[in-house]
Amino acid sequence: MSDPPSDDGSDAIHDDGQDVMTPAELIAKLEEAWLNEKFSPELLENRSEVVECVMEQLTHMEANLQRVKKGDAKASMHRMEIDRIRFVLSSYLRSRLQKIERFFPHILEREKSRGEGDPSLLSPEEFAFAKEYHANTETYLKAVALKRMPPNLQTVDMLKAVPEPCLDSFVFLRVKERQENILIEPETDDQREYVVDMEEGSQHLMRYRTIAPLVSSGAVQLI
Amino acid sequence: MFCEKAIELIRELQRMSDGQLPAFNEDGLRQILQEMESLYEQNQSDVNEAKSDGRAELIPSIKLRHCCLLRNQRCVAAYLYDRLLRIRALRWEYGSVLPANVRFHMCAEEWFSQYKKSLASFMRSLGADGLDITQDMKPPKSLYIEVRCLKDHGEFEIDDGTVILLKKNSQHFLPRWKCEQLIRQGVLEHVMS
Repeated sequence: MSDPPSDDGSDAIHDDGQDVMTPAELIAKLEEAWLNEKFSPELLENRSEVVECVMEQLTHMEANLQRVKKGDAKASMHRMEIDRIRFVLSSYLRSRLQKIERFFPHILEREKSRGEGDPSLLSPEEFAFAKEYHANTETYLKAVALKRMPPNLQTVDMLKAVPEPCLDSFVFLRVKERQENILIEPETDDQREYVVDMEEGSQHLMRYRTIAPLVSSGAVQLI
Repeated sequence: MFCEKAIELIRELQRMSDGQLPAFNEDGLRQILQEMESLYEQNQSDVNEAKSDGRAELIPSIKLRHCCLLRNQRCVAAYLYDRLLRIRALRWEYGSVLPANVRFHMCAEEWFSQYKKSLASFMRSLGADGLDITQDMKPPKSLYIEVRCLKDHGEFEIDDGTVILLKKNSQHFLPRWKCEQLIRQGVLEHVMS
């Protein structure tokens, strides 16, 4: 992917707490997060620092585009680049929002029982959205039906009513960091569990549950 | 047979598997609620009798009615929730303002309005000026697209300063990103040759 236009030579992006990144590295990070989120059955950890940086980068690119001579051929390419990045970012955020809506009671429950030092799954804005979605839906169900039901049936346990993400779904992945001794659970009764080593660069089709921690650590990339 | 009406509601939605929103079955809902009330009252009186007169043989019917009550509750909740999901899809399909024929079946104005607000809040919080993530639904394929004008829309300025007159039935070769909004609003139509 070509480097985005940065006429004033400001190639460095500071990602809080991490090393300085080039725009190309930032976009690569965004694409990784996007693919992981797209193919993972559950909501992954929020990457709001990446989102923030990409938004800034887009603003920067738009500003640069204004300065390019109108009708210049380069302008179309840069325009396309901006559109592509905006698409990936929007798609990433949509993926997350859809999962938040789909699994809202479980996500909110997880957030509630999160330890002090544990990273949050949701950005503050996503958390607000999730809470509003929950409250809105409960209010609606109560007003339209539940409050007209017998006294002992006026609540619905959302945690039981809304299905959980299926962590046993199969996902395609590519190994970024070599892994040893990954335990594979038996599929049928006459199979036995076994271990595999996953070589760097190899591709696999496995149950998400087996490799979930490797996705969050960045050791594998979902494809 | 108990719970028949509840199953009917579920089937109604199942029949429209493409995500369309049927009219709100107010009548069906009312019948189910009435059934629940009557089951509950019968159970109340049977429970009292079983307790005071020690009539343990009433317990199986109490259990049956309770199961039916739970089933009705579950079906009603599922019916209403599935409708909400379909209504939610409308916001993503049509945007903030729904066409009249679609709005007609909703019967969940308050929920929809709240949902719109939450979504708008979230989108505004992205970056410095917000990001409309209901746009850019497809990866950008080509820079320019052929569009036909479906209704008169007046003058339209594109990035390099040229002004296009959008007259009904005129065709233009325009930048894709400029047209997206107008295509969704039904002003322009993407011509695929």
